[in-house]
Amino acid sequence: MSATSWKEPAVTEDLAAEHGIKADEYVRLLEIVGRTPTFTELGIYSVMWSEHCSYKSSRVWLKKFPTKAPWVICGPGENAGVIDIGDGQAAIFKMESHNHPSYIEPFQGAATGVGGILRDVFTMGARPMANLNALRFGEPSHPKTRQLVAGVVSGIGHYGNCVGVPTVGGETNFHKAYNGNCLVNAMTVGIADQDKIFYSKAAGIGNPVVYVGSKTGRDGIHGATMSSAEFTEDSEAKRPTVQVGDPFTEKLLIEACLELMNTDAIQSIQDMGAAGLTSSSVEMAGKGGLGIELHLEKVPQREVGMTPYEIMLSESQERMLIVLKPGHEEEARAIFDKWELDFAVIGHLTDTGHFVLKMDGTTYCDLELAPLFDAAPLYHRPTEPTPTPAELDLDEDELWPEDLSLADILAKLVSCPDLASKRWIWQQYDSQVGADTRFISGQSDAAVVRVHGTNKALAMSSDVTPRYCFADPVRGGMQAVAESYRNVSAVGALPLAITDNMNFGNPEKPRIMGQFAGCVEGMAEACRVLDYPVVSGNVSLYNETNGEGILPTPTVGGVGLLADGHKAVGLGFKNDGDVILLVGETEGHLGQSLYLREILGLEAGPAPAVDLEAEKRHGTFVRDSIQAGLITASHDVSDGGLQVALAEMAMASGKGADLAGLDGWHIAELFGEDQGRYVLTVKPSDVEDVEAKAAEAGVTLTRIGTVGGDSLTAPGGHAISVAALVEANESWLPAYMEGKLG
Amino acid sequence: MKSAVIVFPGSNCDRDIAVALEQASGRKPHMAFHKDTELPDVDVIAVPGGFSYGDYLRCGAMAAHSPIMKLVKERAAKGVRVVGICNGFQIIAEAGLLPGALIRNKSLKYVCRTVGLTVENTDSDFTKKYAKGQVIGIPVGHGEGNYVADEETLKRLEGEGLVAFRYAALPGQSADQANPNGATNDIAGIFNAQRNVLGMMPHPERAFDPLHGNIDGRAFFDSLVESLS
Repeated sequence: MSATSWKEPAVTEDLAAEHGIKADEYVRLLEIVGRTPTFTELGIYSVMWSEHCSYKSSRVWLKKFPTKAPWVICGPGENAGVIDIGDGQAAIFKMESHNHPSYIEPFQGAATGVGGILRDVFTMGARPMANLNALRFGEPSHPKTRQLVAGVVSGIGHYGNCVGVPTVGGETNFHKAYNGNCLVNAMTVGIADQDKIFYSKAAGIGNPVVYVGSKTGRDGIHGATMSSAEFTEDSEAKRPTVQVGDPFTEKLLIEACLELMNTDAIQSIQDMGAAGLTSSSVEMAGKGGLGIELHLEKVPQREVGMTPYEIMLSESQERMLIVLKPGHEEEARAIFDKWELDFAVIGHLTDTGHFVLKMDGTTYCDLELAPLFDAAPLYHRPTEPTPTPAELDLDEDELWPEDLSLADILAKLVSCPDLASKRWIWQQYDSQVGADTRFISGQSDAAVVRVHGTNKALAMSSDVTPRYCFADPVRGGMQAVAESYRNVSAVGALPLAITDNMNFGNPEKPRIMGQFAGCVEGMAEACRVLDYPVVSGNVSLYNETNGEGILPTPTVGGVGLLADGHKAVGLGFKNDGDVILLVGETEGHLGQSLYLREILGLEAGPAPAVDLEAEKRHGTFVRDSIQAGLITASHDVSDGGLQVALAEMAMASGKGADLAGLDGWHIAELFGEDQGRYVLTVKPSDVEDVEAKAAEAGVTLTRIGTVGGDSLTAPGGHAISVAALVEANESWLPAYMEGKLG
Repeated sequence: MKSAVIVFPGSNCDRDIAVALEQASGRKPHMAFHKDTELPDVDVIAVPGGFSYGDYLRCGAMAAHSPIMKLVKERAAKGVRVVGICNGFQIIAEAGLLPGALIRNKSLKYVCRTVGLTVENTDSDFTKKYAKGQVIGIPVGHGEGNYVADEETLKRLEGEGLVAFRYAALPGQSADQANPNGATNDIAGIFNAQRNVLGMMPHPERAFDPLHGNIDGRAFFDSLVESLS
């Protein structure tokens, strides 16, 4: 190819503003660079300083998370978090949002979200073993919701099914606050040997920098900048900034990278995610304190005539950047040839400390690298606390609509969009590939997948209750972590660490920044008390449309360990005659409950309080009892309260229960969302043993009934047919997706 | 029993079937790459599930033309047992080892769930450890599993006992929930005329281990081991 020179536009403050660089930031940029940057340099600064890449609004707060524990091998700052799971093995995991792209183009947005998080995990040397997805959509009646659900689910399935990583868990909620901004939070968990973990810190002056994977096209240019701004009416026009995924290439890339990782060729490696080649090369060299020089004509390109600006800002998918140890180029090339993937040496590490980009002999960028990497603006944005909502003042008559029986109430709750069966969704995901899946969401509180080739298993769950976070960010943040701890404990696993995905509105608004700060404070406190540190995470801000922000949604992805996966316990009732026990105290807290919202149409009252010491005590008791083989079924009490938890255990098994122990309980006690509670079932012969252990551990345990029959025999003599509950629970989502419901 | 598993670009159940074959037979399968032009002597060849070539063009169409498939066809003609599961079924059908085709599920959606299967014919090296008419539960996971064939082929398959498995309702399921993809005559798996080649959409390797909570697929592997050891 003959040398071509690209004439770049002149850089002005206006052009900088179009790149999302604010006036004061541009002044700072000029000071750092010491001259007017070139067009390519401006593009590079704009993505490195975007909220998405720089965490400029959130960094000061994220420092508050506890990130250390004896079992943490690598905390936040790398591509994903790494924890010790024994036997020289490590679990590597992270959750990441793809909210903005998914709203603009749901199928590709969600698909590439899955692809991106997979790369974050296998770039560290782990074979991905499971995917989870936490999805939030607008209210079902909103004209866009159905299309978003269909597109997002189809995109997740398209990608995850093809790469052959089972999608085993997650959550799906609906609320009008997400009408203009859906949330797609994807989590991947992988397994690596501890002596084969790869990091992104580049080293070795002169070492070759290698590009592998798909070719670079014009897709996704400025994706990171888009994700750092609010949506407006013309956001539809941003569709070209959404990337297009190819899971087949990703599958080949996984196999090729893992094969290369088995050799001694790699010095460091990083995937090209948001801000593509720019952020991967700057981060790798920046962490190593080195310079880097790239020759862009060597970058494999899908289209002719791409400019340096476009090549550096493209977010084409399925690409990785590798620094090889010297002399290993041909060994590495052979592996990528075998998998029919592009492989190109595009540059080398230097001792200049500069970020140098050349194409066909012309230099388009020559910047000092360190400030790009670590001198991004850092904001201490003002915060405004959320006022605590007033206590509820409703008596039993007001709480119980007279035209509804208990059976009607329960049917209404289990068929409401948040609690209705999500079978329509998860049946579109391959949850079984790998042949290591024990439980998927719906069968147990946390998904359980065996660590391949061992008896160990990991329990994984994604949790947050945004309505609690909105009413009380501190309590809501605490509750999200506590519920994760509970769900992991409920299958019998020891909770080890979390990844967090902080989804919020516009941080420039003090109220929103206050939500962020409050949630961080609550989460950090819970992580500390529960020995459940944060090892990785992602922040997604500006989830606002026309000034309307989402509910604060700090999604928690929790991971726990079972020494023997066969011991995991599901949530469905198991045997007729098993005794049903309630762990924890029931006060009847209805504030912010689903009962209030779905039955009375109220979103009111304070969020439930979280007693972290009790959470720890109860979780330990549940885990120990499961490990001792005493528990036949286990389920935490969360959305919808005790009565809904019991209905879910019945629906999962088709078995009913006699709930004589609930005789005389009021609505608030049956449907209140007091925290720290579990429902367990045990064989009659084990009841006294379990009760003695509870007393010893200082855990309140109440007998509430016996498994059996085909209905839930409620206090007051009502019998609620399990089959009727299943029908109500299963029918909502398919009917909605077929357009039969509002 | 000596076995081989074929690995195409995009195969993703190759490891799973290899684990099941090894556990059942006590011997590690030979993993054959799609570009290979040699294959050791084996008693059974498994063409695994996945998304060979990303399902581009048409499921199984590109893999069917890989160098290795020439060898698989030669061995099948010599009587070596060949089983294609899921994408493997699509590939061996495309390669002409079995009649008919697998088209898009009637629902137009990918479906992953445990389905009921009636074992229709136990007179084969793949199914002899099952009881005829037995209903077993085996997971499926596919977007294109809807079996179709012309009238004459269907008549021959049915008349000669070449339907291996048929979708059936599991306890608690209604009859209309049984067939996950709209397959003609509820066909889930078929043999060739010699019954040394089997194609099936369900994954017996996903119902093999007590951890799966269901070991109905075990007899499939035990049948092969008993026949070929």
